[in-house]
Amino acid sequence: MPMKVAKATFAMLTIIFLVAPLIAILPLAFTSSVILTYPIPSWSLRWFEELFFADAWRRAIFNSLIIGTGTTLLATALGTAASLGLRNRLLFFRGSMRTLFLLPMVVPAVVLGVGMQVLLAGFGLTNSYIGVIIAHTVVAVPFVVVSVTGALAGIDERVELAAQSLGASPATVFRRITLPLAMPGVLSGAVLAFATSLDEVVLTLFVAGPNQRTLARQMFSSIRENISPAIAAAAFLFIAGTVLIGLVVVVSRSIMAERR
Amino acid sequence: MSAASSRTRRSLLLLAPLLFFLIGFFVWPLFSMMSQSVSDPAVLRLLPRSAEVLADWDRNSPPTIPMQTALMKDLKAVNDDQALGDMVRRLNSARSGFRTLMGKTTSALKETANPPVDLVSIDKRWEKPEFWLAIADALSPYTDRNLLAAVDLGRNAAGDIEHLPPDQSVNGVILMRTFWIAALVTFACVCIGFPYAIIAASLDGWKRDLMLGAVLLPLWTSLLVRTAAWFILLQEQGLINDLLRAIGLIDAPLALIFNRTGVIIAMTHVLLPFMVLPIYSVLITIPKNLMPAAASLGAHPLRAFLRVLLPLSLRGVASGALLVFISAIGYYITPALIGGPSDQMISSIIAFYATGSANWGMAGALGVVLLVATLLLYSVYARLSSDEVGGR
Repeated sequence: MPMKVAKATFAMLTIIFLVAPLIAILPLAFTSSVILTYPIPSWSLRWFEELFFADAWRRAIFNSLIIGTGTTLLATALGTAASLGLRNRLLFFRGSMRTLFLLPMVVPAVVLGVGMQVLLAGFGLTNSYIGVIIAHTVVAVPFVVVSVTGALAGIDERVELAAQSLGASPATVFRRITLPLAMPGVLSGAVLAFATSLDEVVLTLFVAGPNQRTLARQMFSSIRENISPAIAAAAFLFIAGTVLIGLVVVVSRSIMAERR
Repeated sequence: MSAASSRTRRSLLLLAPLLFFLIGFFVWPLFSMMSQSVSDPAVLRLLPRSAEVLADWDRNSPPTIPMQTALMKDLKAVNDDQALGDMVRRLNSARSGFRTLMGKTTSALKETANPPVDLVSIDKRWEKPEFWLAIADALSPYTDRNLLAAVDLGRNAAGDIEHLPPDQSVNGVILMRTFWIAALVTFACVCIGFPYAIIAASLDGWKRDLMLGAVLLPLWTSLLVRTAAWFILLQEQGLINDLLRAIGLIDAPLALIFNRTGVIIAMTHVLLPFMVLPIYSVLITIPKNLMPAAASLGAHPLRAFLRVLLPLSLRGVASGALLVFISAIGYYITPALIGGPSDQMISSIIAFYATGSANWGMAGALGVVLLVATLLLYSVYARLSSDEVGGR
């Protein structure tokens, strides 16, 4: 059937379009050449060495870890608390608050960056870790809210009511019932917050000083100024990290589904 | 206290931290960006005494002695050269000639041995009301100049709003280009994403998983990695040019990077998942036997598609297209790395005004334009996707 062949061809071509670029960059991480082109003359780990031992890259990785950890803790704490608060259906402005919590995903990063720089400069927080962590938390928090409210919506409220009727205090119900059931959502929210911070460039450009250069920021400027296979090595780490993160999310989702 | 009100109090306590955090670090920055776009303190900050005296002036009689004395006092008190430069630039943009006039005046005022009696004795131009009028108009702490300039409008000498001359109308070109690139990317995403979602929804088992996985993998991958990957593929010695030359389609390498083609290809790749997923989620809710039913009633496949599948899936296509378009108009990284100078979108111009030339007024004004466009489109999108709950 020609129709079936056409469909299969179209699907295959689109899959190649979507996935091939990500695969094409991987082998270049192991090239021995200084230019980022095929064919690869011989294999070498020199660009990973550069990544881990050259001062600029090593500092960038270090900064990304500090800022990513700070963002993850702050965004997860704020987002989880707010999601628990949003469970109350009697609340006024519940819908508008939800919209406000999700809006940082929608507003263009450059617009937020300009405002953030003006504001943080007023507080003397530009060129500081805390300023970058605050900026990253603003854009990471929607992912936590979406993920935790999703997990909370899946909890059967009768379980909590049963615990309550058996004499458990609200704190005990939360600690022994609600939190364990929501945990997969909290964890995947935390992972998404970390990933958001790791990949954030635009806000970092506006609020970070030279001492807070993150890995993503360093990749951005080296693609712009002096492209080298160190980019491919960094991309390799990112993709490997993504696969790991993806596995964590898939596993925690399946745990959540099993419990339901 | 009743259980319900204590529960409400607890919920509010849980919501408060994030609410205050976002008001402080999300809403407030956006407002301070907006206030940057209308604030204009360059002149008022340096000329507080003149501001007091000029308030009583009738705006067309020759300058009085108190006005001249106040301005002389103000100018003598200025000790910040950068602020003075800002003020002169601001005044000169309202009335040309201020640059030379101010230069002459400030150096004459520095002369301590032989101090000038009044401003007119320094330069005859200080007799003309036009120069005083420019100062009086610039003394307001607020201005709509930047917002008007963001859409290529300006005020003429009489204060009416009119189009800026073509040599100053750069922002309109960039706005149009931003919308045009976003429209092209959206169109490309619909052309690829709609059929792709239809095929994926018609399959099951590993084939469907493969098709969805191919969409999710790039979605989860770092944006920078994807942009770097396209940089490598599209460059002159890149894989695409090598491949095309190897199969003999071209002799000389095609120019794919640092131009519009590269930007469209890379942005389509980055945004395609946002098109496929909403369409797919609508398509799987459509009963699978509708198309065979149409066919069994004698409808040609094309007719069945146009009359059955297309109307039912249109909402998914519309929300996907809006999502892609909204994301595309705010794009910065991909055009900055893959595009040439004539492919820079509004975000790049905002970043240039903010970090390159420290013109916060223009950066804020263009930011307001982008923010308003984004929020308008998003409210349409939110209405479209909230209809899902209510049904049709």
